[in-house]
Amino acid sequence: MSAHAQKKKNPIWDWLTTVDHKKIGILYLATGAFFFLLGGLEAILIRIQLLYPENNFVGAQTFNELLTMHGTTMIFLAAMPLVFGFFNAIVPLQIGARDVAFPFVNSLGYWLFTAGGIMLNLGWFLGGSPDAGWTGYAPLSTTSPGNGVDFYVLGLQISGIGTLIGGINFLVTIVNMRAPGMTFMRMPLFTWTTFITSGLILFAFPALTIGLALLMLDRLFGTQFFAAEAGGNPIIYEHLFWIFGHPEVYILILPAFGIFSEVIPVMAKKRLFGYSAMVFATALIGFLGFMVWVHHMFTVGLGPIANSIFAVATMLIAVPTGVKIFNWLFTMWGGKVVFTTANLWAVGFIPSFVLGGMTGVMLSVPPADYQYHDSYFVVAHFHYVIVGGVVFGLFAGMYYWWPKIFGRMLNETLGKIHFWLFFIGFHLTFFPQHFLGLMGMPRRVYTYLSGQELETANFVSSIGAFLMGVATIVMLWNIIQTSVAGKKASNDPWDARTLEWAISSPPPEYNFAQTPLVRGLDAFWLEKRAGNKTMTPAEPLDDIHMPDSSILPFMMAVGLFIAALSAIYSSWAIAIGGLVLTFAMMFLRSVIDYHGYHIHKEDLPSEGVDGK
Amino acid sequence: MRAEETMNKLPANPERATLEGKNKFLGFWFFLGGETVLFASLFGVYLGLRKATNGGVTSQELFELPLVFIATMLLLTSSLTAVFATMSLKSQNFKAMIGWLVITVILGFSFLGLEIYEFNHYVHEYEHTIRSSAWGSAFYTLVGTHGAHVLFGVSWITLLIVRNFGRGLNLYNAPKFYVAALYWHFVDVVWVFIFTVVYLMGKVG
Amino acid sequence: MRRWKNVWRFLPLLAVMALTLTGCGNEQLSALLPQGEGARMQFNLMMLSLYIMIGVFIVVAIIYTVVLLKFRRRKGDNEIPEQTEGNVTLEILWTTIPIILLLILAVPTVMTTFALDPDEEKIPKDAIRVNVTAHQYWWEFEYPDLEVKTSQDLYMPAGEKVYFNLKSKDVIHSFWVPAIGGKMDTNTATENLMWLKADEAGTYFGKCAELCGPSHALMDFKVIVKDKKDFMAWADKMKAAKGEPEGDLAAQGQEIFQANCIGCHAIGNEGSNVGPNLTSFGDRTTIAGILEHNEENLKKWIKNPQDIKTGNNMPQFGKQLSDDELDALAEYLMGLKVDGE
Repeated sequence: MSAHAQKKKNPIWDWLTTVDHKKIGILYLATGAFFFLLGGLEAILIRIQLLYPENNFVGAQTFNELLTMHGTTMIFLAAMPLVFGFFNAIVPLQIGARDVAFPFVNSLGYWLFTAGGIMLNLGWFLGGSPDAGWTGYAPLSTTSPGNGVDFYVLGLQISGIGTLIGGINFLVTIVNMRAPGMTFMRMPLFTWTTFITSGLILFAFPALTIGLALLMLDRLFGTQFFAAEAGGNPIIYEHLFWIFGHPEVYILILPAFGIFSEVIPVMAKKRLFGYSAMVFATALIGFLGFMVWVHHMFTVGLGPIANSIFAVATMLIAVPTGVKIFNWLFTMWGGKVVFTTANLWAVGFIPSFVLGGMTGVMLSVPPADYQYHDSYFVVAHFHYVIVGGVVFGLFAGMYYWWPKIFGRMLNETLGKIHFWLFFIGFHLTFFPQHFLGLMGMPRRVYTYLSGQELETANFVSSIGAFLMGVATIVMLWNIIQTSVAGKKASNDPWDARTLEWAISSPPPEYNFAQTPLVRGLDAFWLEKRAGNKTMTPAEPLDDIHMPDSSILPFMMAVGLFIAALSAIYSSWAIAIGGLVLTFAMMFLRSVIDYHGYHIHKEDLPSEGVDGK
Repeated sequence: MRAEETMNKLPANPERATLEGKNKFLGFWFFLGGETVLFASLFGVYLGLRKATNGGVTSQELFELPLVFIATMLLLTSSLTAVFATMSLKSQNFKAMIGWLVITVILGFSFLGLEIYEFNHYVHEYEHTIRSSAWGSAFYTLVGTHGAHVLFGVSWITLLIVRNFGRGLNLYNAPKFYVAALYWHFVDVVWVFIFTVVYLMGKVG
Repeated sequence: MRRWKNVWRFLPLLAVMALTLTGCGNEQLSALLPQGEGARMQFNLMMLSLYIMIGVFIVVAIIYTVVLLKFRRRKGDNEIPEQTEGNVTLEILWTTIPIILLLILAVPTVMTTFALDPDEEKIPKDAIRVNVTAHQYWWEFEYPDLEVKTSQDLYMPAGEKVYFNLKSKDVIHSFWVPAIGGKMDTNTATENLMWLKADEAGTYFGKCAELCGPSHALMDFKVIVKDKKDFMAWADKMKAAKGEPEGDLAAQGQEIFQANCIGCHAIGNEGSNVGPNLTSFGDRTTIAGILEHNEENLKKWIKNPQDIKTGNNMPQFGKQLSDDELDALAEYLMGLKVDGE
């Protein structure tokens, strides 16, 4: 296998078999965006139902399915893949690598995620979606009638495996594949957060795997883990879920922190303030993230000792988070800040996220949490951190890296309209919800009674949600319009600082014709200040080794999908067939030698270095 | 045989001589980190439910230590033979490595046989099933997950032996052999914990 | 033009603040209007944490405003700013000050956490205790020492700590009385203990706070707080209540009740505990915890409970009972009054 592999391929086959991290990144981004729209639609339906007291827009059962799928979709099928999309599209470029450590595993991770995402949503067409909340607490989830929760359990399980192997892939990539001179303390912050996030994924997801496996065993195989009448105890599930669930929050927010740490210095034309403090804070947040899961369970009745310990541990997380906020502010201090759309999201993030952090500290106080817990106050809090933090971060990343990934600029005016509508809509939706919770509105209620003074805030909240919906339409229009008639992007449209901007937009499939030599933090910025237009190569021009594309990952995901779907309907013969298909693909992967192919140096563009 | 030809021609530590090898080596360690959390969760569940017999048979009545002891010995010995296989890999003695791996696989299958006998015995003699109590669910899930790992391990090593039998050691397959042996050690270590937490504590506490 | 955008940013916040100034919610429901000892302890901690956090927010807001106003790039200014690496003093400052602030918060937090947790051994012998059992989607309240059972309406004396043993019959629920003192989960495998102490007699709203199925939103209950004397009198009357009908129609209703309802419902000690105890049904303030308390709603409920609370376990009686029979049954049930007032 050599250069002939570069011959024109059927585009569908090409996308199904690709192991190129940039293409997989685009696949993740596209799939994540689709699910983001779906989850957003579910949110709008939820808010229509809650527009008026005792409204009957959707029934109680449908509402529970909507709230479950909204949460599950947004966390697992929108935020996670979008984060992974940026990992894939950007991190190998930022460290000057030709690819990720395991291109095959990378592709497998994507297809498993997609198979799981489809499985989760099958309930809409097959007689009922999951209805036990995104947390899936037993015994509500184990006794929920119909197949809805089965889709949740098996869909999440499959996509979770995809996420786990993706995490391992990025850990190894960042440890082993950095360009010469790129020491750990010269890595861009986004790479750092990717690294720590991947570590969190590695140690958090297995707990979810077990939690879901036990739910599956109880539901499909009649085990008694959570059946109190046979000695089971549902609190075990709550522990497993939150041992995963709290790190998951940081799995989502740390990459967003990374994005802001890229965008803010570039837009302020200033080096990131307190780089090493930022790295340390990130690591500390990741570490503490594993020590605080019980703060989701203060009202479970674990006793005052457990509650106090976890309360204090939770408060501690505020410290490194605060360090980050101040470092971002001081990055802009003394800088020349330009308010591009990407930076608007970063600047809008700071006050929004600080509000979310404030309520976070308030929630860490167990006695007060006896009031907040499972009320709309909590809903307000986590939307402030997840929308105000993660979603703003993803939007910042989108406007910032779009030119690099797709080679075209997004329209800045439309981008700013998108930002302002979304920003106002966001605060309008979630700020009143703090008060709703304190005034006695529990979360996950399909309706509320009139005469309890909950009407006004709910109405305002719904209007805000519609505004975010409009903002999203503007964003979609921006994407459509610019992909048809957008301005072509230069290599470095923002006068940026990191390696990805040293190569063409979009990058060639081998990324760097010659691996660059890194001479400090903000490697590309240093070269530009030293008067160089491109990076100095660390090696002579040579043939470039590329990995083989493969259909096996896709087929493995198909096999698991078939197995899970048949298991839900107890068609055990077909289920075993699906597993056999997956294992057969693993067998093939093991016995076929994959040596890759080479792009010959004569075939590289004549400019050579950096593939301009 | 080609093994003779490759002898001493590969660099030292052939499992980590290429970038792919290094990646596989490190990635597999990370994977085992994740597996550790997986089993830690299962152990946690087991510890939470080990008294929940639902009025059925208790662990003191159920477990027979001699049987479990033999199983433990089989698995520990197989770990030793896997060490010998890895040493042969490092000294690039392909034949010896294959020999040790074959013994490892045989020991692994014997362990599985004992485990199947044990489960069968519990189900039919004591009506201790995965559905009879929360403890039963936790027991079969923990020990069964480990058993599935053993099964996967022996299948994997067997496949590696068959596929590479006539090919000798090279830089492409050395990392594969190495991580398979690593996996086998991990499975053995987990068993040591199962032996302690499930069987010994079940018999004593 | 750009300046204007910053003003816009605060408009929604202003709007919402105006909204909140209109009130802190319903005084029977809101945690912002605490009317019990526990709720007040919780409220005080909320306020303490809020004040500390507002302090932090003001500091951030000041730096933020200066940055936005002062350090924006002006047109034609292409100078590269100084590439500051960081400042160790500042880093230490914004690490230690938050730690001190959090310590200030942590001490009362831990103290209150312990104060709110009842110690089984220190509970006075004569304290009123209530066994709360949550069901999809109703609440059962049993007073073991007083030998009284109610459902949906929780009666308790004012001015003293009442102790609650919480558990659930089916899935996890959460027992929440915001105005008097917070919430605690009702688990299936373990029992929880909490206390509530209301300041004064009155009626308060309670809710289920943990998603428990389709009708989770409708799993409301009432907390009726009485002065100790009135409460004890109520308890005595409850204990004596036999559910005797008043009038012919009600007597006919009682027969229907005996024939159809007794398999699930009890009056006094007669009947089963599968469904809510109906001894003092006539005193209730709502039908099924949500509808206005009148015969029409009661009949609607008996005819088809699923229309009102999706997924609840009561069978439909719309086809089994004629309209006349329903009238009689409703007459009987509405007459089951214990509370004199």
